[in-house]
Amino acid sequence: MQFSENWLRSLVNTDLDSQALSHALTMAGLEVEEMQPVAAPFSRVVVAKILSAEKHPDADRLQVCKVDVGLAEPLQIVCGAPNARAGLLAPCAMVGAELPGISIKQAKVRGVESFGMMCSSKELGISAEATGLLELDSNAVVGQSIREHLDLDDNLLTLKLTPNRSDCLSLVGIARDVAAITGAKASFAAITAIPATMKATKNVVVSESASCPSYSGRLVSGVNAKASTPAWMVKRIERSGLRSISALVDVTNYVLLELGQPMHAFDANKLKGDISVRFAKANEPLSLLNEQVVELKADDLVIADGSGAVALAGIMGGKPTSVDDATTDIFLESAFFAPSIIAGKARRLGLSTDSSYRFERGVDFGNTRNALEYATKLILEICGGQAGEVTQVTGTLPVRHSVKLRMSRLVSVLGIPFEQTKVAQLLKQLGFSFIEEDGEFTVTPPSYRFDINIEEDLIEEIARLHGYDHIPATPPVASLQMLPAPEVRLHQNKLRDSLVAEGYQEVVNYSFVDESWERDLLGNANPIKLQNPIASNLSVMRTSLWGGLLDTLTYNLNRKQDRAFLFEVGAVYFPKVDGFEENTRIAGLAYGSAKPEQWSAENSDVDFFDIKAHLDNLAGSNVSYQKDEHVALHPGQTARILKDGKAIGWIGKLHPKWQQHYSLSRNAYLFELDLEAISKRQIATYQEVSKLLPVRRDLAVVLDENIAVEKVFSAIKKANLALVHDVALFDLYQGQGIPENKKSLALSVLMHDTQKTLTDNDADTTIANLLQLLQNDFGAVLRN
Amino acid sequence: MADLTHLISEAQADFANSATMNELEVAKAKYLGKTGLLTDALKGLGKLSNEERPAAGAAINVVKQGVETALTARREAILNAEQAKQLAQESIDVTLPARAQSQGGLHPVTLTLKRVEELFHSIGFEVATGPEIETDFYNFTALNIPEDHPARAMHDTFYIDEANVLRTHTSPVQIRYLENALKTNKTPPLKIIAPGRVYRVDSDATHSPMFHQVEGLWVDEDISFANLKGVVQDFLQKFFERDDLTVRFRPSFFPFTEPSAEMDMSWNGGWLEIGGCGMVHPEVFKHVNLDSEKYRGFAFGLGVERLTMLRYGVNDLRHFFNNDLRFLSQFK
Repeated sequence: MQFSENWLRSLVNTDLDSQALSHALTMAGLEVEEMQPVAAPFSRVVVAKILSAEKHPDADRLQVCKVDVGLAEPLQIVCGAPNARAGLLAPCAMVGAELPGISIKQAKVRGVESFGMMCSSKELGISAEATGLLELDSNAVVGQSIREHLDLDDNLLTLKLTPNRSDCLSLVGIARDVAAITGAKASFAAITAIPATMKATKNVVVSESASCPSYSGRLVSGVNAKASTPAWMVKRIERSGLRSISALVDVTNYVLLELGQPMHAFDANKLKGDISVRFAKANEPLSLLNEQVVELKADDLVIADGSGAVALAGIMGGKPTSVDDATTDIFLESAFFAPSIIAGKARRLGLSTDSSYRFERGVDFGNTRNALEYATKLILEICGGQAGEVTQVTGTLPVRHSVKLRMSRLVSVLGIPFEQTKVAQLLKQLGFSFIEEDGEFTVTPPSYRFDINIEEDLIEEIARLHGYDHIPATPPVASLQMLPAPEVRLHQNKLRDSLVAEGYQEVVNYSFVDESWERDLLGNANPIKLQNPIASNLSVMRTSLWGGLLDTLTYNLNRKQDRAFLFEVGAVYFPKVDGFEENTRIAGLAYGSAKPEQWSAENSDVDFFDIKAHLDNLAGSNVSYQKDEHVALHPGQTARILKDGKAIGWIGKLHPKWQQHYSLSRNAYLFELDLEAISKRQIATYQEVSKLLPVRRDLAVVLDENIAVEKVFSAIKKANLALVHDVALFDLYQGQGIPENKKSLALSVLMHDTQKTLTDNDADTTIANLLQLLQNDFGAVLRN
Repeated sequence: MADLTHLISEAQADFANSATMNELEVAKAKYLGKTGLLTDALKGLGKLSNEERPAAGAAINVVKQGVETALTARREAILNAEQAKQLAQESIDVTLPARAQSQGGLHPVTLTLKRVEELFHSIGFEVATGPEIETDFYNFTALNIPEDHPARAMHDTFYIDEANVLRTHTSPVQIRYLENALKTNKTPPLKIIAPGRVYRVDSDATHSPMFHQVEGLWVDEDISFANLKGVVQDFLQKFFERDDLTVRFRPSFFPFTEPSAEMDMSWNGGWLEIGGCGMVHPEVFKHVNLDSEKYRGFAFGLGVERLTMLRYGVNDLRHFFNNDLRFLSQFK
């Protein structure tokens, strides 16, 4: 809400200067978003009258003017403005004036002396553009400071109001709050009933009394719609950010701004028959003032005449019945519509009007009649005419229930001591009526406050007026208890650290992604869609973090990076029968050389087994890998990751077709794991350490090349052979000396016994058992 | 018997002329080898009379000892020289770069969240989480924001369908946590923070459609607005490691807190907005069946990107989601 500071000050007299007033408003919850002076600072500019304007002897586009600035002698001023002419009243900057960017000095313009400068509104810093001199009203007093004449020592204040403070959507409302905050006195002009000077009335039928508990209307006949709006009103309207349109419209807007009551003026001669307030018929058409034609729904409240809807109640009037220059008779409306009836309606039609904005937040239902009288008075003053009797239809108005405020509650919620007398004084400043008892108040809020319904609402009011600034920062006093720290769960930051230690950089990508990533890269035809995405390429919820990682990779490759190890921790989203499912994943991408390019190490590209090592460190024990296929990955270099037999993720090389799609010159490797699955760990349990030395034997076996090594190892583990402590693969060989389609595995076998020193015999037996196992399960033979 | 003393100095000279161990061995043989001068002299003792023999023997031994001492000394000298030579050969430029692993790092938002969690953990706050696709009920209604309430318009919500949205704030976690706590018979004091991603339909230089918030909630029998200010101020002082930081509250409006406040932090002589807060609204307690006469609570929401920008001097919000490695790698 924007308004003129001087207008506000005409309603409430405060000693605070502009800055202090703005600060006080902000600190009381009416945040001043902007404070802008109406005009740039300047001096020595006065109202001047051009007495004569003669063509400059040496310049076609200049005139030499004699200008009366209120001094004994007129000044000679050379002026280039096209509208400079004898008789014109315009601002004149005299010698010594400081305008924005210009100092006015006595000068010769093309050989003619000039003693000042005639000014446009742009030169005074009032507007951004101007075509000629600022033409002043004929009643302007020559010699008067232009700042005074145009009331330029004023600021435009813009309040960012919270939705609960609809009472401050008017100058009177803000003035009232300034009075409450500062203790200053607000004074509002008394509004008196305008007596009818003619008989004509209009019948009003309110069939929806609950939605429209108060409706006041009256005819005003014989108005001059072409009358010009007085300058003071134009100024206030314009400084509130509205345009001056015509006297009749300006008056309704002015009352809206000053009292907060939306008003509407119909051209009475365009209305047919009685006025009714009713719900729209389904699909009833209405042509609105903004030229928009809408089809109404049955829950839209309308003002109708004999022929149909003529206005969308509380939102916007209709075009066919609007006032124009030819209007002579009007029907003026001032009503209270229930917030719940207006709420959401304007938004549904893509509208937001000053009227709907106020009604959906709450308009003072105690003030509709006053507003009508005030508007009538202004119209009669400006446009003339005869006022008819007021038609007033009143249903059940909202009731302001009394609210208890206990001193004990106030003190305990705010955490500071309070005197009861202080609270009483603040309630008085707010204009709330109340009954005071020992330790408590029973408060009845005024009709303009829609936000005082419970004790907390009053506590907030007291805190606000007391000043949040005066509430100290007090550390709480509480009983101490330690927090649980389950050792079986790894904090996700530990998992992040594991990848960071392997050289991965964490990234954060959007949770919504390009639909094509889901469809093509991940083979997901039905991702969760957003109804209103911020961009068409961010329209669906991701089911994998890979799309974002690949996107981040190309972003960085385009910026001359040649390797990237990236990871992200984030949610992925799936539809399920009764809602949605979210899982947190940890995913990585490795691209480029395994190590950064350097003098001391070979520069080889990262491969499957590099990232498998990273995963082993990340995922802990009990993880196994099973050859499998994934649409995004190379079919020969992909594994499903299992933990305790359950699938928990993927690892693999990006499919060559995607490598080509993303124009990647080198291989990219990807992995993704369910974070929850790898967060669970086992608490270590002690096993006896042998005091005796272990025995190592090596053996090489030849078996079919298609047998997955992990199968061999899990078979060994499962067999749990006596004395075997650990078996490791130390060489893998295919080629000369090994039959085709076979491979040789060289295994080191570590044996120990906690009780006795192993003999050669023990070792031989153990190795024989192991060989037997491999022979039985995999057809392995000992390599010669 | 001839005097052999001169052999000591001759041997010393021969040894000194030997540059390597091999040469030294040859020189040694001349005196102490099987046919060496001293060995021969000792063999010659047999030809002497019994009377002469002890004195002559002793004299030879003295010479022999002298030669051996010279030999040992030379041997040591040669060894030292050889070792010194080897060490010199093995010398490296210790200023060469290390054999580098790549340097990983955490996203700056994660660094902030880590600090936030650690600080609040130190006074007993647990971390709670909730879904990012949230029902309209938890995101709005349960937080006292009924349908068509003007406050909804302030949220610029992403909709999945009529009943589900991308959460616009982390506040629904309050409700979910309280519901769950009471179901499991956990009673106040309850202290949580809920960090996470939130979403608003807004994208420009200072708004991202996805960003992070941390919600804080403390429900207890005797917790006040002044305590809220105390905790937030304590946090900010510790987070920024500046004791002179103060917090300013400005009245504001959130349907789920009352009194409500915007939190400003003193910063370089001015004030910066860093989040919203307030005392939990009785309607919210009603939704989760908590007695608002017995219990009070405070809640606050902090903008994580904002904290991160201030902490590290980042001047553009968009850096956080562009994921340019030149930016991210600055936060090791």
